[in-house]
Amino acid sequence: MLTGLLLLTALPLQTAVLSRLPLPGAAPQLPLVVCLALALAYGPLDGMVVGFAGGLLVDLAPPSDHAAGRLALAWTVAGYLAGLASEEVRRSSFAPLLLVGGAAIVGGGLYAGVGALLGDVRMDPHALARALPVSVFYDVVLAPFVVPAVLSLAARLEPEAARR
Amino acid sequence: MLALLLLTSFTLITLDYRSGSGSPLSPLRGVVSAVVGPIERAAAAIVRPVRGALDDIGNLGSSKKKIASLQEENARLRAQNNQADLYAARLREIAKVNHLSGVGQYRIVKAQVVALGDALGFEYTATIDAGTKDGIKPGLTVINGDGLVGRVKSVGRDTATVLLAIDPISTVYVRLEGSLRVGALTGQGQGELDFQLRDANAKVKKGERLVTFGSQGKGPFVAEVPVGTVSAVESTPGALTRSAKVKPFVDFGALDIVAVVLESPRTIPRDSVLPPKPTPSPTPSQPAPNPSVPANPSGTPTPSATPTRRP
Repeated sequence: MLTGLLLLTALPLQTAVLSRLPLPGAAPQLPLVVCLALALAYGPLDGMVVGFAGGLLVDLAPPSDHAAGRLALAWTVAGYLAGLASEEVRRSSFAPLLLVGGAAIVGGGLYAGVGALLGDVRMDPHALARALPVSVFYDVVLAPFVVPAVLSLAARLEPEAARR
Repeated sequence: MLALLLLTSFTLITLDYRSGSGSPLSPLRGVVSAVVGPIERAAAAIVRPVRGALDDIGNLGSSKKKIASLQEENARLRAQNNQADLYAARLREIAKVNHLSGVGQYRIVKAQVVALGDALGFEYTATIDAGTKDGIKPGLTVINGDGLVGRVKSVGRDTATVLLAIDPISTVYVRLEGSLRVGALTGQGQGELDFQLRDANAKVKKGERLVTFGSQGKGPFVAEVPVGTVSAVESTPGALTRSAKVKPFVDFGALDIVAVVLESPRTIPRDSVLPPKPTPSPTPSQPAPNPSVPANPSGTPTPSATPTRRP
């Protein structure tokens, strides 16, 4: 499936390349941008499932060290929100960037919120306030490259799913 | 459908969070890391030369001296292979790790860092390309040529996840060089490490160095690994502990070759694994005492045989 292929490509790219770049502040979250792009292609129901699968994969894959399911939860909601607006947004070229940014903020906030509820010591509010906007900014910078590519791949490889 | 997925997520979180390390999801993590681990290793291998170039761009602001010495080296190495710079640096890393573990007589497995965790900057973890097939177990200490990197958190077949010492949930028990005073060192993410000494009246000086103390609750923790230098002492009159900030020896932004310590020897001479103290600017009237790294493989320290440095 296209989702599986894209996620399995995005994850090593993220951990081996993007997380190790000397970028100030935080790093982009390529798997999240890929999930949001797929949600834009597939709509809310499938977008939700893609978000869940992507989040769970990143939760379980090696460098992650938090309770499994937290990113799954956050990205399910982000994927759903991205999918909701997919019809109108696909037509314009600027709106997907805003959507990716908004959904990424919601996703990041949910992840940190659940972490704080669980009493995770790492969820320092100052660090969150510093890191989340920077990470979302990098996600938005990545979006013009990732979203059109994913949308065209989805249209070509899975046209029935994409047309929904 | 949304509710179903949300419910599933909540269930997973509860299961995983409450069971801690014995979680029923651990086999699942094992499966995923068995699948994803080799892919991450391959990606890291493919990207390594490119990342080297990108790292250089990132360091431009702070590297005037480095640029000067590298230009010298560049001229010297130009006659050799194109890759000589990269290989030479990695060989130096390996040699440093070998030196440190030789002096401490640790039995080690060398590994490379293939991935770093958490784009949002909350978790400071790394993936290394050694796993259960190399004998890695959770709880083992990870070091590199400069000092303590962290400890192994979880292990897959080909890869393992290391919790770095700068992570906020990492606590290492350390002692001050030259004494038996023990304190706890906690990571603070991007900032320097936070050191809490039990004795509130203890005198801690800026520039004092710290080494790891020894076995902790879960699993063997290697003693005498250099950790860092005290960079600032906080005066908190009336507090129960003495606080200080510690600058680690290891550059956590440039992790590459590391070693996982499988076993440490039974007796390690105290402070012997620390590098020789940097000499202050030489004044002829004061011979500065340097604790040097003893070359003898036996376990006893040599108190007086310190070669003085020629200025």
